[in-house]
Amino acid sequence: MHVKRALSHSLWIAHKDLLEFSRNRVMLVMLFVFPLFMMMMTGYIFPSSSSLKEMPVAVVNLDSLNGTAGNDSLTFITTLNSVNARTGFFSFQTVGTEDEARTKITRGDMKGAVVIAANFSENLMTGKQGYVTVLYDQSNPTISSQLMAVLDGVINQMGTQRAVMGINMTTGFDISRSVSMVTPYKVTNKGTVSGNPNYFSFLAPGMMMMVVMFSVMQGLPRAISHEKEAGTFDGILAAPTSRFSIIMGKTIAQSVRGVIQGSVVLILALLLFGVNVTGPLWLVVLLLLLGIFSFIGLGIAITSLATDEETAGTFMMVLQFPMMFLSGVFFPIEQMPWYMQGISRALPLTYAVQAMRKVVVLGAGPQDILLEIGVLLVFGIVLLVLAIPLFKRAMAR
Amino acid sequence: MSENRKMIETLELSKKFGDFTAVDKVNFHVEEGEIFGLLGPNGAGKSTIIRMLTTLTTPTGGTARVGGFDILKEPEKVREVVGIVSEKMIMYDRLTPRENLRLFGKLYNVPKPELEKRIDELIETVKMTKWANVQIGKFSTGMKQRINVIRALISMPRVVYMDEPTLGLDPASTAEIREFIKKLKEEQGLTIILTTHIMNEADMLCDHIGLIDKGKIAAIGTTSELKSKITEKGRTVVELDVLNAPPDAYERLKKVEGVVSASQMENCVKVIVSHENAFQDVVDAAGKSGLKLRNASMTLPSLEDVFLHFTGRAMVDEVKDKVPTGGGGGHGPWRSTAKRGR
Repeated sequence: MHVKRALSHSLWIAHKDLLEFSRNRVMLVMLFVFPLFMMMMTGYIFPSSSSLKEMPVAVVNLDSLNGTAGNDSLTFITTLNSVNARTGFFSFQTVGTEDEARTKITRGDMKGAVVIAANFSENLMTGKQGYVTVLYDQSNPTISSQLMAVLDGVINQMGTQRAVMGINMTTGFDISRSVSMVTPYKVTNKGTVSGNPNYFSFLAPGMMMMVVMFSVMQGLPRAISHEKEAGTFDGILAAPTSRFSIIMGKTIAQSVRGVIQGSVVLILALLLFGVNVTGPLWLVVLLLLLGIFSFIGLGIAITSLATDEETAGTFMMVLQFPMMFLSGVFFPIEQMPWYMQGISRALPLTYAVQAMRKVVVLGAGPQDILLEIGVLLVFGIVLLVLAIPLFKRAMAR
Repeated sequence: MSENRKMIETLELSKKFGDFTAVDKVNFHVEEGEIFGLLGPNGAGKSTIIRMLTTLTTPTGGTARVGGFDILKEPEKVREVVGIVSEKMIMYDRLTPRENLRLFGKLYNVPKPELEKRIDELIETVKMTKWANVQIGKFSTGMKQRINVIRALISMPRVVYMDEPTLGLDPASTAEIREFIKKLKEEQGLTIILTTHIMNEADMLCDHIGLIDKGKIAAIGTTSELKSKITEKGRTVVELDVLNAPPDAYERLKKVEGVVSASQMENCVKVIVSHENAFQDVVDAAGKSGLKLRNASMTLPSLEDVFLHFTGRAMVDEVKDKVPTGGGGGHGPWRSTAKRGR
């Protein structure tokens, strides 16, 4: 009877909170706008290889053999164009001199330049190396590194072709044997799942976890401190309702809200951003719930320590920002220095994001994320054990 | 009076916040079916007493019994028999009156079929049936206060605490709420504890009054008992209406022979004298000390005078009460005066 009553009270409190929430139009709109906004912002801010298109690059051909450009330099340019045609990264434009190319880069008209040296054809014909210089825009490291990578590829490929031809001609070996002499190793890149995941596939699982866990961490203190300030909390406290029912009711309401918000992120990711869930969907939902569970204690602790809405807000800022950036939601944590990675490993969100990403992107089953599940459970239980006495003390004031 | 008629009884009830003693060993009792007024300036400890009696705060010393239950040992039982009408209204603006009442009915474990019937009845008694399913956010303060009052009654409490129930209401709503409070006592035999700043409200409604100052009960009794404490020894109140009174006008009259105490609120100076003959002396002394009188009269003591008599300090709220300022701001006009007066 006691338990039934406590449960009934908490459901009524949750019902009240959700009813209020559903009648708050601004909040409802934010439920959709906030994740969409976050996805767009973070998803499009970072460059991906697919976002580079038709970067203007100058081609300066200084090669001259008897007054006109040599055959080899012309072949080089043709190959450059045909390789580029596959990806369309660059748009090549012929420029007369190296100085002109430099000026154009300085002005921002060009992102880089490929300069073919004056004695290019002559050198190649006389058994020497042909020189090519690549100039790049140092003010834009991401674009220049892309440019370097692509040009490297092109130049490598052309060099290989030339070498193969050379061997073929001098030794009479067939082409495939010649190829294996020049490039004895062949490497193929292959993901463990089919398809070609984009940055959103990386981002969506992290966003989903973050939104859900933060909504509990934030929502709980907000909901309670708001009621305290409005004076309605006294009404609930003065009723023959246990403290447990109150915190439970508030938690249920915030969890429902969190799951709705997480689902919004998931649906947006699936419909608008080309993300696929390769693992089981039930595991995605389970992880969302587990994420909520691991943050309830934190939410209750903040509620108990912060007496008013403003203090609660400050607490949140201090906790939220490091978590946002150190938990691998937006960047892989592996690219951070070791001490930052250490902090990262102490944050529950890191594990939640990691697990969710494994399920969504890599098609992991429950057996593949046992460590993460364990960490989240332990974190949730420890925080709850610490937070409940804090809450009881805060309510007894 | 017999033991079982005591609805509330406090025993050395105390509350300290750090070094500050908000409530200091308070003893009083409230009989079943009466309206008991707690009067005192802001910060006197009224709200803290009520918070302890509703189990919202734990006393640091002493205890109390409410409806036969000890607030320390059986807080759950106390909560079941108690209702609160708080100054900060306890209701959710995005919910309708019906939804608000239903929520609290559920929290008070009112059985389902009874609950809906009771909600209808309560809404009917305050003539809000038409508005039962409209979100409260759209209501005027007067309408909200009616809901705030009936919300406290949904659990059929035996005791209701009303903290400034008419604060910030227009005169019509004020009259309505006062009438409703009276009816609750007369028709349902409800025990009510009322805190108010408004002396004539206390005069009108309360059977017994406890005057509170600095966390202590200064005096307790019916209004006439309290007033007679002033008049019993032949004392009387002299009220002076001074033209452009300096702020220390009352100080100049304190030393006059026969004056028991003096206080001042703007241009109104009140002096309690030990016998009627001192009236002329007070008026003369006022003239000598340079005060220009517009009017001087002997009056019957008000609760304000009673407070002055017992504490030596003015309760400051009443004079302003007679000359209501426009209000403005979210708070009632009395608060600012109380602050200024201290």
